[in-house]
Amino acid sequence: MSPDLIRLIWQSTLDTLYMVVVAAGFGTIGGMALGIFLATSRKGELLAAPAANLLLGLIVNATRSTPFIILVVAIIPFTRLVAGTSIGTSAAIVPLTVAAIPFIARLIEAAIREVDQGLVEAARAMGASPLQIVRKVLVPEALPGIALAITLAVVSLIGYSAIVGVVGGGGLGDLGIRYGYQRFMPEVMAAVVLVLILLVQGVQTFGDRLALKLNKRLRHA
Amino acid sequence: MSRPGASPIPIAMNAIIHPFPPPAEAGTAPREAVVTFAGVEKTFRPRQDAPAVAALQGIDLSVMRGSILGVIGRSGAGKSTLIRLVNGLERPSAGRVTVDGTDITGLSERQLRAVRRRTGMIFQHFNLLSSRTVFDNIALPFEIAGTARAEIARRVDPLIELVGLGDKRNRYPAELSGGQKQRVGIARALATQPTILLSDEATSALDPETTRSILELLATVNRELGLTILLITHELAVVRSVATDVAVMDQGRIVEEGTALSVFSRPRHATTRSFLAGEGGWSLPAFLDGKLLAEPRPGAQAVMRIVFYGPHATDPVLSQLAREHLLDINIISGAVETIGGKPFGTLLVSLPGDARTLRETSAFLGARGLDTEVIGYVP
Repeated sequence: MSPDLIRLIWQSTLDTLYMVVVAAGFGTIGGMALGIFLATSRKGELLAAPAANLLLGLIVNATRSTPFIILVVAIIPFTRLVAGTSIGTSAAIVPLTVAAIPFIARLIEAAIREVDQGLVEAARAMGASPLQIVRKVLVPEALPGIALAITLAVVSLIGYSAIVGVVGGGGLGDLGIRYGYQRFMPEVMAAVVLVLILLVQGVQTFGDRLALKLNKRLRHA
Repeated sequence: MSRPGASPIPIAMNAIIHPFPPPAEAGTAPREAVVTFAGVEKTFRPRQDAPAVAALQGIDLSVMRGSILGVIGRSGAGKSTLIRLVNGLERPSAGRVTVDGTDITGLSERQLRAVRRRTGMIFQHFNLLSSRTVFDNIALPFEIAGTARAEIARRVDPLIELVGLGDKRNRYPAELSGGQKQRVGIARALATQPTILLSDEATSALDPETTRSILELLATVNRELGLTILLITHELAVVRSVATDVAVMDQGRIVEEGTALSVFSRPRHATTRSFLAGEGGWSLPAFLDGKLLAEPRPGAQAVMRIVFYGPHATDPVLSQLAREHLLDINIISGAVETIGGKPFGTLLVSLPGDARTLRETSAFLGARGLDTEVIGYVP
């Protein structure tokens, strides 16, 4: 493989990492807030707001059921508004984030709903406010699940990032399509797939270890 | 592992910083209610279209300062609802609940939080945060109350010592036994110097020995710190070993209440009796079960239950009775317990079933402060 190609693969890897890391970062911030709200706002719950819960739930479902390639195209005006352009690696972060937020939110919602209600009751009995319960009980107790949720989201984002090539997002997936497929360079395709596998493996291993470390329910002195 | 039952309270208890102000002089102060239920009702609606279910009906009950009130009832009797009314986790449908002079019935959620900070609660499943160490679990109520970091550090350690977990300070709950977890729960509940401790089946998930050590700890906390305790349980042994006062619940009502001694020595309601049914002196041995006749028959033996307590509990009254009346008394079963630190016993005996013997026996024992009851006859 020529040095040019290697440089190209390296650059694409950096592009992919850039898109995934930034989208996962914004996605986590947004998904965390949304997930906490979804997990605590049904009728009779801590931050009960059933109407808002229903509405946000519908939006989340709608976003999650839209195929990502359609989402990318459909929100181009929004992307232009946020990023100033609809083309390029930075612009690609916008649809990635938009897709990541509801995905992460649902996973975090599930992780928070797993927290024993007895702990919420204990905190209420101590005189904790709803926000204190969220901050001091629900989030810390759900942290292992949240770590796994974000890991899953990052892995998914690595996959999604291949699709944003259609709006000039760049990255490994785009490289694989343009060089590996359209220019019949199977060695590029193989290299791209290999790098992606390594990335996903690395992320998953790191996430699993982190979740294990955060999980104090297991006896590991 | 150190046996938790061996020494529930570290010997150095008096040497540590007392987490509480000293209790008011016991015995001299007039009995004063810390918690009062007045005409409390609670109905639930399982679904919107379903009929309302009454969980509590006509509850009038007081928890006196410095006492341990044990509420005993089967599951579904309404105990959990009752205890949750005290810190406003449940709100009554009617009636009033007063805590330390404050009527909490009409309080907003925000105002209730202030009340809750003055009550401590322990739970059947401990409800400790798995992500926090022993120290940090006990620190939680301080954090919620907005106590400064330095102050928290100063106040948590004496509590850890108080419950005898000095060597577990930085352990996580998953590394503790059930009894140790409940000790953390108790330390956490005591953190903010509550006026009352609510115990929600706190020993129901523990084995008998650990149960005993936790109850000893509660009794010590009650005695040394003067802390009032309201505990609910379905286990007779729990109430009998620590409660000074007892309320028996059945189907949302309090069917019997009084001092532990009076309730257990003279149980009136069928529910109370059914709780006692498994106890020696209350239950019939297998060879008699189902064979008792309600009416006397010539030549039949009477089966009599004798309840003795107070100053006469240890007198040799049966042998006096046998000597003075030349009676053949056959002991069927019996048990001696202490309730509230006083000896208390029940005996099942059989004796000649003629009316005169029974009358004289009752009179003889009654004169010595013992209660008698003929529960049937055997041919």
